Amino acid sequence: MDLTLHVWRQKNSKDAGKMETIEAKGISENASFLEMLDTVNENLQKNGKEPIAFDHDCREGICGSCSLVINGEPHGPEYGTTSCQLHMRSFKSGQNIFIEPWRAKAFPVLKDLVVDRSAFDRIQQAGGFISVNTGSPQDANSIPVPKQDADKAFDAAVCIGCGACVAACKNASPMLFMSAKVSQLSLLPQGKPERERRVLAMVDQMKKEGFGNCTNQYECEAACPKEISVEHIARMNREYFRAALREETPKEGHGGE
Amino acid sequence: MKLCDRLFNSSVGAKMLMAVTGLMLTGFVLAHLSGNLLIFAGAEKFNAYAAGLKSLGALLWVARLGLLGAFVLHVYLAVKLTAENRSARPVKYAHEATIQASFASRYMIHTGLMMAAFIAFHLAHYTFRWTDPSFASLPEGDIYAMVIAGFSSPAVSGFYVLAMLALSFHLCHGVSSVFQTLGLYHGNLNPMTEKLGPIVATIVFVGFSSIPLAVLAGLVK
Repeated sequence: MDLTLHVWRQKNSKDAGKMETIEAKGISENASFLEMLDTVNENLQKNGKEPIAFDHDCREGICGSCSLVINGEPHGPEYGTTSCQLHMRSFKSGQNIFIEPWRAKAFPVLKDLVVDRSAFDRIQQAGGFISVNTGSPQDANSIPVPKQDADKAFDAAVCIGCGACVAACKNASPMLFMSAKVSQLSLLPQGKPERERRVLAMVDQMKKEGFGNCTNQYECEAACPKEISVEHIARMNREYFRAALREETPKEGHGGE
Repeated sequence: MKLCDRLFNSSVGAKMLMAVTGLMLTGFVLAHLSGNLLIFAGAEKFNAYAAGLKSLGALLWVARLGLLGAFVLHVYLAVKLTAENRSARPVKYAHEATIQASFASRYMIHTGLMMAAFIAFHLAHYTFRWTDPSFASLPEGDIYAMVIAGFSSPAVSGFYVLAMLALSFHLCHGVSSVFQTLGLYHGNLNPMTEKLGPIVATIVFVGFSSIPLAVLAGLVK
């Protein structure tokens, strides 16, 4: 199949960047979207041109590296699929395809389609962790976890941190990502000790990074390759309010004194 | 107090204040609508209702100040949050696409600011009576006659109907959205909360628009 690609080209983070039209001819419909780009890059290199830079790693939909906005939709038109798992049979020969990087102030473009997603790392570091004492682990069955909590926590834990939620959101808000982390950790007993400070710190960090606010339009949920539900955003809102109230409560108890 | 700071200055807190003030304003809209519909019960009942409201005295002022507070906070936070949202994406997509965001949800700030402009006109029109010189010749306390005089202009009535369309779009997303923001997402509750916005929006649009249209059609004289 023959395609006309409109790709964002940007030399480095200082460059203004622009859309460039590239013809892609003789692409197999069985190729993945990234394999199609590989083919295009081989041709560009043969002609002495700079290949298109894009993020990729596992190519099996679990690492969260690939980050392409394809015709305005993060990870393309296929529901619950990463760019690497998207196949060219989802497109028609002769079609125009726009390929752009995640667009957010907090995700600056480094080169072409590669963005700096370390803002997510800083949000994670602000509160997305649990404290574990060193030493040998205790028997797993000694901590009872209700089945429904374990299931919900797992639904949230499938987040691969790719940032498609931010790219899809009209306001570049990371609420789906953050709420997945808050849900995963706060539903399980292991995450309870940091329950309040986690959500407060993560929401504070989100603002510092320059992300937008949620307007409940659920574009994130539709774009998420792991089909994470906006139910987690509601849970995070509850967690936030609870934590903000408990922050007001005078701390009592003098254990250890 | 730290809680105040969290509510006003954090992303989640500010949205909760938006939801609560939005609910207060929606409550007012529904109360206002139920009062206004008394116009179909005739001049006597409608004027008695208006006089009853005025006789509330101090209570009326408590309600007015409460509403004003909710309105100012709702508008202030909306402008602030929207400015933050716009600045969060400095470079737009060359190919914009919307997967599932509703039309109403995408134009909240626009329909909201249209409502602010409408409220300014509405107060100048019927509360302060600045815009229509014919109101001066009406007998004191005859609100019924004033409404009929006001809506006998097709231009004014048309403007009111358009404003109610904007309001109904605003409520369509807003009312359903309140539940998500306040964390009331629940599998069994959702089919109801999702419909509540469109239901309230329809009631408000049909209810309010019926009055100027009935006046124009000569059904209310």
